[in-house]
Amino acid sequence: MYDSGKIIAGLIVFVLLVTFPFISNMGKASAKPKPSIDTPVINEMAVKKCVEPKEFMRAEHMQLLNNWRDSVVRNGDRIYVNTAGQSYNMSLQNTCMNCHSNKKKFCDECHNYMAVNPYCWSCHIQPKEQPNEQPKENML
Amino acid sequence: MLDKALTGSRRYWTWIFVLLAVIGVAVLTYLRQFNEGLGITGMSRDVSWGLYIGQFTFLVGVAASAVMLVIPYYLHDFKKFSKIVILGEFLAIAAVTMCILFIFVDMGQPMRIMNVILHPTPNSVMFWDSVVLGGYLALNLVIGWTTLGADRKGVKPPQWVKPLIYLSVPWAVSIHTVTAFLYAGIPGRHFWLTAVMAARFLASAFSGGPALLIILALIVRKYTKFDPGYEPIQALGKIVTYAMFANVFLLGLEFFTAFYSNIPGHMHPFHYLYAGLEGHDKLVPLMWTSSIFAIVSLVLLVVPSLRKNEKILAFACVILFISLWIDKGFGLVIGGFVPNMFEGVTEYWPTLPEAIITLGVWAIGLLVLTVLYKVAVSVREEAV
Amino acid sequence: MSINRRQFLKMVGVSTVVGIGGTAVFNGLRNSGLEAAQTSPDPRTLTAKRWGFVVDTSKLQSDEDYQKCIDACHSIHNVPDLSGLPEEIRKRQEVKWIWTDNYERTFPTAPEDEYQNPELKEKKFFLFCNHCAQPACVRVCPTKATFKRKDGIVMQDMHRCIGCRFCMAACPFGARSFNWRDPRGKDDNGKPFVNPEKENKEYPTRMIGVVEKCTACTERLAKGMQPACAEASNGAILFGDLEDPNSEVRKIIATKYTIRRKPELGTQPSIYYVIGGGEHAG
Repeated sequence: MYDSGKIIAGLIVFVLLVTFPFISNMGKASAKPKPSIDTPVINEMAVKKCVEPKEFMRAEHMQLLNNWRDSVVRNGDRIYVNTAGQSYNMSLQNTCMNCHSNKKKFCDECHNYMAVNPYCWSCHIQPKEQPNEQPKENML
Repeated sequence: MLDKALTGSRRYWTWIFVLLAVIGVAVLTYLRQFNEGLGITGMSRDVSWGLYIGQFTFLVGVAASAVMLVIPYYLHDFKKFSKIVILGEFLAIAAVTMCILFIFVDMGQPMRIMNVILHPTPNSVMFWDSVVLGGYLALNLVIGWTTLGADRKGVKPPQWVKPLIYLSVPWAVSIHTVTAFLYAGIPGRHFWLTAVMAARFLASAFSGGPALLIILALIVRKYTKFDPGYEPIQALGKIVTYAMFANVFLLGLEFFTAFYSNIPGHMHPFHYLYAGLEGHDKLVPLMWTSSIFAIVSLVLLVVPSLRKNEKILAFACVILFISLWIDKGFGLVIGGFVPNMFEGVTEYWPTLPEAIITLGVWAIGLLVLTVLYKVAVSVREEAV
Repeated sequence: MSINRRQFLKMVGVSTVVGIGGTAVFNGLRNSGLEAAQTSPDPRTLTAKRWGFVVDTSKLQSDEDYQKCIDACHSIHNVPDLSGLPEEIRKRQEVKWIWTDNYERTFPTAPEDEYQNPELKEKKFFLFCNHCAQPACVRVCPTKATFKRKDGIVMQDMHRCIGCRFCMAACPFGARSFNWRDPRGKDDNGKPFVNPEKENKEYPTRMIGVVEKCTACTERLAKGMQPACAEASNGAILFGDLEDPNSEVRKIIATKYTIRRKPELGTQPSIYYVIGGGEHAG
């Protein structure tokens, strides 16, 4: 084999680059995310229900928000009638965050874990949070 | 064939590393622009496009000019261009690369660039511009690579590439026409709202592009064993001359319409560019430089005995290129924005970061060009 | 079958391109998880065939009256206030949805010369998006980020805007503002462009690098409210349906002398300016 030294060195660099994300996170086991629904508005609800069932929201909330956005901004439709027939005002800032006023313990919990960085908050104003808010054991 | 670009003289590698260094500085500057916004440029709400879009416009012309070699060689069997047609095609690749980069660095939200494809909008000229530019890049890559590859093996290019070559002729015209339509279809910008805009663009492209090719061919001859030949360069010189006459003529038409009609909105941009408006005259020295260079280059080019002297020809091409670079890469865009929509004057001048990023894009273009020319020249040298 | 290195690399290249493209198409098709759910407009929404404005600034007395309209708009839409920046930079980079200017600059192509009524030349006019019936900005936008709604409002989707600024070149009215810097940022003295104490918590800000403009308060129309400027204007800005012959805006346009900005460009602006002295007041 010609240039075996160069090739092997190149391969090592390649393997290091490709495995960099794993190596750099090694030993830093992140805790499983536990998004909290402990907020004043949710605590007052008799039946704690989001606009759609929990499982659906967990898997599809990004699609739902995309559809809401296009519906409100582009079609002018602002009312969402869910699968149970209830109506909601489609608004991240005014509807979602009205209940989920704990962005840090709700949104960021999973987004950080998944290392996703949605740019919602570059424009939409997040609720003011109490920095010393103690989460109760009232997890999702 | 790319392996040819990996072996070279000391001078070759020095040049490559100089370019890489410039690119490195520009990338850092671009990261600053990415984080802080386009506010670090000289652009404003009144002059919302600047150097970046000017350079983009100018380079589309350089890209389109490859057709000035393709038409004589492939359509008229003008054999003298056989050796240098590849230089034109590879120049087009480098130029289109720079065009795409200039659009990219001009965008406020570059991460959303795919929106142009995700939400295709046929009524927007910019949508068509991205389509024709992408297509032109692909065409020249395929044609250039295939013909050079065949050349290397000493065989004729495969038959399937012929239709692509013919297609590339109208396609080259289309890229510059569509780019002119970006400007020429906008209501309320008198300087741009002219039917001869596309014609002017093509004329300036067909003089500026071949002028650059002459300069590049002379550089190639000086630093490599590959000689493009005296006659092809002279033939290009004639193309440059005719096209430049057409360009200056078309610019003259603009002056006539603006000033004989005496319509203020049509005269104001010319006043601003060549004399200053309401005491604002930042562009006046540049525009007069452009005009003088244009006239001097034409005189040098039109006299056969001068044109036949390659030193004079090279000088004429350099100042002609600078003249067009100023006129189209700068004055054309700014003139459309001054005066603004309220008949007021907001001036524009690029900032240092803006200039560094512009330089960086040129460096990337030159790097692409150098690598491609290295390949082409090496293949030619082997053939000699 | 034996392949050489060259063929292998070609195959890898092609399959990568196909793979990336194919995934995009697949994701596009998959994007339909919510078919059972329905959307509808808010029943309170004010509707029209073509919304338009009549501006009669003779109804305003003082500079404060003008400022009140501007503030009403800019505060509820969290429009960044760049006044803390050096004047030269502020003028070049400012963001405005509604502002005022004199006759000459508002109507640069309208017939005027030095012999004309000096009162007219000193008059101030409101400038904001004309919500043209044939908008040049919509024609040029490469992503449909700016588009015309069924009710005639020219809307801006700040989520989709790529910041190419073609619309700013195309708009003959200078109605569009680009975010040259982060609207959530601060000036050199540390003063935020959008004051967190005064920001409207029900409306977003914008982000760096997108174009914004007057949206005719679509978010207020959906609640049955008038646009903020009209509400604060003491009747100087009237909002109504230009296609409805019985609307108040149509009645004024039919009876008073009104002009529009640069009508010769054919964009069909939807703002009519009442021209003339104070006799129309009240």
